[in-house]
Amino acid sequence: MTSSVTAVAQGHVHRDDVGTKLGMWLFLFTELILFGGMFIVYAVYRFKYPTEFHLAATELDTLVGTVNTLILLTSSLTIAMSITSIQEGKKGLSLLLVGITIALALAFLVNKYFEWGHKFAVGLYPGSPELLNRPVGEILYFGLYFVMTGLHGLHVIIGAVVLAVMMVFIAKGTVTMHSFVRLEAGALYWHLVDIIWIFLFPLFYLLH
Amino acid sequence: MATSAVLVEAAEPDFYHAATKHKGILSWILSTDHKRIGILYLATMLVFFFTAAVLGVLMRLEMLTPGKTIMEPQTYNTFFTLHGIMMIFLFIIPGMPAVFGNFMMPIMIGAKDVFFPRLNLFSWWLFLAGGLLALVSVFLPGGAADTGWTFYVPYSVRTTTNVIPAISAAFVLGFSSILTGLNFITTIHRMRAPGMSWFKMPLFVWALYATAWIQILATPIIGITLLLVGLERLFGVGIFDPTLGGDPVLYQHLFWIYSHPAVYIMILPGFGIVSEILPVFARRTIFGYKFIAFSSLAIAFVGSLVWAHHMFTVGMSNTGMFVFSFLTFLVSIPSAIKVFNWIATLYKGSIELEVPLLFILSFIVQFCIGGFTGLILGTLSINIHVQDTYFVVGHFHYVMFGGMGFALFAALHYWYPKMFGKMYKKAPAVVSWFLLTIGFNVLYFPFFLLGYLGMPRRYYDYLPEFQTLHQISTVGSWILFTGLVIMFVNLAVSLRRGQKASANPWGGETLEWKVPSPPPHENFHEVPVVTTGPYDYSKYEHVVQEAK
Repeated sequence: MTSSVTAVAQGHVHRDDVGTKLGMWLFLFTELILFGGMFIVYAVYRFKYPTEFHLAATELDTLVGTVNTLILLTSSLTIAMSITSIQEGKKGLSLLLVGITIALALAFLVNKYFEWGHKFAVGLYPGSPELLNRPVGEILYFGLYFVMTGLHGLHVIIGAVVLAVMMVFIAKGTVTMHSFVRLEAGALYWHLVDIIWIFLFPLFYLLH
Repeated sequence: MATSAVLVEAAEPDFYHAATKHKGILSWILSTDHKRIGILYLATMLVFFFTAAVLGVLMRLEMLTPGKTIMEPQTYNTFFTLHGIMMIFLFIIPGMPAVFGNFMMPIMIGAKDVFFPRLNLFSWWLFLAGGLLALVSVFLPGGAADTGWTFYVPYSVRTTTNVIPAISAAFVLGFSSILTGLNFITTIHRMRAPGMSWFKMPLFVWALYATAWIQILATPIIGITLLLVGLERLFGVGIFDPTLGGDPVLYQHLFWIYSHPAVYIMILPGFGIVSEILPVFARRTIFGYKFIAFSSLAIAFVGSLVWAHHMFTVGMSNTGMFVFSFLTFLVSIPSAIKVFNWIATLYKGSIELEVPLLFILSFIVQFCIGGFTGLILGTLSINIHVQDTYFVVGHFHYVMFGGMGFALFAALHYWYPKMFGKMYKKAPAVVSWFLLTIGFNVLYFPFFLLGYLGMPRRYYDYLPEFQTLHQISTVGSWILFTGLVIMFVNLAVSLRRGQKASANPWGGETLEWKVPSPPPHENFHEVPVVTTGPYDYSKYEHVVQEAK
């Protein structure tokens, strides 16, 4: 038996960072397809009710959407920088950068809270009397708006929790400059949250 | 399969007796050993299978006479819904990959476990949670869901029964299925033993690989679709509600975008089992290895593009109907390639009629009937006539039960000695095979006739002229159930009383037969080095030559 074989055979606990990331990428595909189902629904109804979608979109606050886009893009930068820091052995800096990413996630959610709150205040939510008086295309637009940004918001929360766990890992020394695949996987998830928003933003806020 | 050394020291304890971190039941439900998780799946799955089978027998009993026989119409509605949900989401979909894939796949590729062992355990917990949710939906106030397993809107949004627990069950089970799929793909990519190139993998592993891709790519769509039905019920978002501008037909599209590929999640591992068992009992190398391997991938690919053939009567453009009908016919090509290769493998083989092979022979015949009736259903003009009749029910029971169910029984009899280290009694196993085959065909063949004569599916009552066929079918259900009981009693009794199984009772050449029965905790003492293909029976061919 050759030496390369015994290297594989060393113990039950194997380490294979390429494989771990392959698994993570596969999981991200499933997330993309989950949202893909929603994008199909959006495409079908946008095609069916182009005018109503156009009108309803003017009622979203493009400024809030733009600010949230900037927040998420910056957070993707900080999480990428945290990986570079841990690779260079700068544990404290890496912790700080993950912390900033989580803070940005919370800022995004606070913005979202006020944006949704405003919609509720003016009576634009599924099943509201105000909305039910409008053309069906607008009902669907706001229905999709709440479902899709809501599902995305849920992913922001999950992502923030994952990153908080990563902070614990860095602090405890589970994630180090020699073994950082967990942080990479967490960052991949965070980039997924980001890229889905990159598509939600133009579809709801910019396509007037 | 030639390997370099003795793979396990004789004194090593098997995985049932190896030291574990926890004791008692915890050593099972907290175990990350793929073999223990496989057995866990088997045990839980059989509970759900038997529950659903009893529901099926009771439904057949109800259909013995027109009008009420033993139950109320609403009970009948909840029975066929539960029977479908449990059989599909808790038995057929997870059955092969989660039980035999978990137990055998790592050993067959020469690995010590799957790539993500803890995720594997988590998948089982999700499976259990999903199963319990399905059961809870029965007993909560409001009553069990009565929508059929397809949860078609608008009825699934309007009914007052417990639809939300039922769709949550399907959602959680889908998540479990996704995690198993990504675990298997990563395992097959990263953990094959040295020398185990892609074309030296056993065909069961190929089938699991194709299945895992469908699990990953199709399941999220059912997840989001069921989520939307739930949101529709809770908040009235309007996406599937015509009064709010939504489109119920869109639901059917989204549902079948998953649920048609899911049919291949169910049957592909069954194909893998057939390709595994035939060479062993024909003592011949499988005929057309690469064609069988690639036809799995072809089925996975083309099968993802045929979903709307479930919807020919809901209103679609003629172009759409033509395209979906055409693609449906295309799927039959890779399926037929497999059947021809299996038959060719048997040709001039040295056939031993052991129990696993008997089940496989039933599989081939019944799967062909299921496949051909699928072509009848895919034909646009005939589809209009038989859509939503017993013909459809007969077709998918022939494919799902006559195909996948029988493949699973074959796998159970094939790998039983390896999994439990005991041999079962052959005579009762043959009797059970005989009763199952006869019972199955007596039960489901009349469905084709009933459907062609116009008996609609899911109806509680029927016209008197259908009664004879319904009665024949009900008698079939009794024969079938007797066969099931004999089979499982035989297997259960053999757990204690069976003779000790040798490492390789059937003369198989794949890696799982190179380790003791049952395998030790880490499967291999030394990682095997693979030098030949999986079904190398050249030593027998040599014997045949000399005999001539």
